[in-house]
Amino acid sequence: MEQLERGNPETIRSLETIIRDHPFFAGLEEDFCKLVCGCAKNVVFQAGDYLFHEGDPADQFYLLRHGRVAIQVTSPGRGAMTFQTLGEGEIVGLSWLIPPYRWAYDAKALDLTRAVAMDAACLRQKCEGDHDLGYEMMKRFMPVLIQRLQATRMQILDVYGSRA
Amino acid sequence: MSTAHGLDAAALMLDANVGTVDPTGVLNAMVPRIARVLRRRREGPGVWTLEIQPEETPDAAGAPNQSLSKDAACAPGQFNMLTVFGVGEVAISASGDPADRGRLVHTVRAVGPVSTALAQLRAGDTVGLRGPFGKGWPMEEMAGRDVVIVAGGLGLAPLRPALFRFLAERDRYGKIVLLYGARGPGDVLFRREMEKWRRFGIDVEVTVDHTVDDWQGHVGVVTALIPRAAFDPSRAISVVCGPEVMMRFSIAALRHAGVAADAIYLSMERNMKCAVGFCGHCQFGPVFVCRDGPVFRYDRVSSLLGLKEI
Amino acid sequence: MDTAPRDIITIEGLGRLLDVLKDRGYRLLGPTVRDGAIVYDDIVSLADLPAGWADEQDGGRYRLVPRDDDALFGYAVGPQSWKKFLHPPLLRLWHAERKEDGFHVIQEPVSSERFAFLGVRACELHAIAIQDRVFLGGEHIDPDYRARRKNAFIIAVNCSHAGGTCFCVSMNTGPKAETGFDLSITEVFVDGEHLFLIEAGTDAGHEILGELPHRAAALKEVEAADAVVARTAASMGRQMQSDDVRELLLRNLEHPRWNEVAERCLTCGNCTMVCPTCFCTSVEDSSDLAGAEASRSQRWDSCFTMDFTYIHGGSVRATARSRYRQWITHKLATWTDQFGTSGCVGCGRCITWCPVGIDITEEVRAIRDSEPQ
Repeated sequence: MEQLERGNPETIRSLETIIRDHPFFAGLEEDFCKLVCGCAKNVVFQAGDYLFHEGDPADQFYLLRHGRVAIQVTSPGRGAMTFQTLGEGEIVGLSWLIPPYRWAYDAKALDLTRAVAMDAACLRQKCEGDHDLGYEMMKRFMPVLIQRLQATRMQILDVYGSRA
Repeated sequence: MSTAHGLDAAALMLDANVGTVDPTGVLNAMVPRIARVLRRRREGPGVWTLEIQPEETPDAAGAPNQSLSKDAACAPGQFNMLTVFGVGEVAISASGDPADRGRLVHTVRAVGPVSTALAQLRAGDTVGLRGPFGKGWPMEEMAGRDVVIVAGGLGLAPLRPALFRFLAERDRYGKIVLLYGARGPGDVLFRREMEKWRRFGIDVEVTVDHTVDDWQGHVGVVTALIPRAAFDPSRAISVVCGPEVMMRFSIAALRHAGVAADAIYLSMERNMKCAVGFCGHCQFGPVFVCRDGPVFRYDRVSSLLGLKEI
Repeated sequence: MDTAPRDIITIEGLGRLLDVLKDRGYRLLGPTVRDGAIVYDDIVSLADLPAGWADEQDGGRYRLVPRDDDALFGYAVGPQSWKKFLHPPLLRLWHAERKEDGFHVIQEPVSSERFAFLGVRACELHAIAIQDRVFLGGEHIDPDYRARRKNAFIIAVNCSHAGGTCFCVSMNTGPKAETGFDLSITEVFVDGEHLFLIEAGTDAGHEILGELPHRAAALKEVEAADAVVARTAASMGRQMQSDDVRELLLRNLEHPRWNEVAERCLTCGNCTMVCPTCFCTSVEDSSDLAGAEASRSQRWDSCFTMDFTYIHGGSVRATARSRYRQWITHKLATWTDQFGTSGCVGCGRCITWCPVGIDITEEVRAIRDSEPQ
């Protein structure tokens, strides 16, 4: 269950600083930072909490500041199968970028996890309004997508398995 | 006029002792000595660790066993050729403590007839042993530097002797990071020892390609651990061992992280029959993996790694 | 070399040479006709030699044709080379016996054979020296090869007939035998006499020569021998520019020519069997049915087989393209990195005995010609 962080000394630091410090937004121009910040809020998850479930509306994505999240798929008889874990400095949630804006997987916090949640609809709207912001966002998301695709392909190859 | 058919007499090693016992032991690189299985331990699905002890026994004719010199200890990264009599011989890297002379440890995956037969041996069985062969990990170069170990699957086994050495002389090295990728949680090798490694100041990060729910560790490719690992690329040496695809991708990630091409070492694998550069099978471009490797500095083989079917 | 004393022996003297070697316990091996080819085998006397035969060789073609004289060495090289004896096709390395406490290994004794090779060509002397570097020049020594090699007595013959596929001149390996022999002979016909110019290359050769009826060679006989060698050098069947072939091949590893040759290559491995420098082997373990005795034997192998690079459930060099490329780049390029010389002696056997006539000199030429000048 997501909790807004209150009373934590860290919330005293401006969200802008937090966002600019996060590796995903490293070097972001101040104007864009203000735009992006308007869609952001601090959240925290306890170990075992789900960030979202498969099929849920993909209405926010997360910049992980601390902790670990497992991306999972559940199937009958096999339970939850994790195919990726993400940690500090990484992004959780890509399905908000494309229609139908629904989560394809479960995301579960493995440890106490602090993150910045970005409102997806808010950010999509701002990108439509400012294409320069939109392009800046695409430039940052593309490397994440491509690296995940490359990593996934390596996993599919099952290189450690033996060809009997 | 020359005495030896016009060729370099030194190369012919002309002496009166051809065919008799050679005290240097060079004569018999192709003939195995006997070793006895002490114990075996299951490491995971299809993977076994065998401990063997070379014997100094007279041969059937009663003459002293004309095999390699007594000191058969492997340096980290070297390998032995193990024979299951009547079945065949296979190259297996040493995976035990290099300081333990007289006892050799090998971790074997049962995939073919010989490795399967090896994995089924019991304490007291005899095997044939030839070795040690090959060039191992650059232990001296690593002294004083940070060390980034990237291992995949069974590739952690040839690196384990280096880890023993790190533990034995920890303050000779800087930061040591072990990044290990396995297929699934059940395939993680030497899992219990990893706690000991952590206690001795080695950062150990383990990831698996896929898992079911009870695994609380990383899931994903081992290359993903590299950007997250805390090491100084300008003073690091990296040693990489695992399937060739995994090594290529890991090396690309290390290079991307700023590790120099001449600071990365990898362990190659090819079909081996003789292990002494005579049979030609293990050639990889101009080098023989058995004798010029199996450990190579990356910049010396980088162009070969990019060639298909070389 | 021109200042080395040269003598003359007659046919009778040559026959006496064989007898002297036999008396000293050598196993006489020389050229003889069998199955339409000149092969190397045990010989008893000069009558076993291919007197009056010549050979016609071309890509994928070998025929014996009669000469109009009875020269004993009037042909080039056949399908076999001396590696048949020095690096035998099958060799047991050791055997093991199971006792109550386990197996015990018994090493095979190294060869005690004493070969006398009659008729070793200059290219073959170089091929032997090349294999010496492989088996004797590194950290490990092949003890059986060393024993065979050390005990071999070599009688070289200077070629009077350049084969249709010969290119030793291009590889600087002939046609004259310069070094690596105990005795060297050049067959000449001078004033109707069938003679052999002979010179010793070692103390052992000198000693044997002393037991043969011989006399100093006359000037015209020396000139006749030199002319034989010169004529052979001028009539090579093939040519290859060899000074830069290593770099040429190593910068063309993805050349489309490899696809083209792969369409012709059967990967039969004939070239590796007939090549005098190819040395690759495999080992085979076997045991009796009761499992009480085990042994290991070494046998010739070829990089053209699918098994050669088998690992982790498949072959590294799965395509014919990659296997042909491996053979030729090893022979002409990476051999130099490994052993300091080219692996090719220009004997032409691979061209002659390739069933589809693939020509190593033509492949090199095709790649070189395709580069901008």
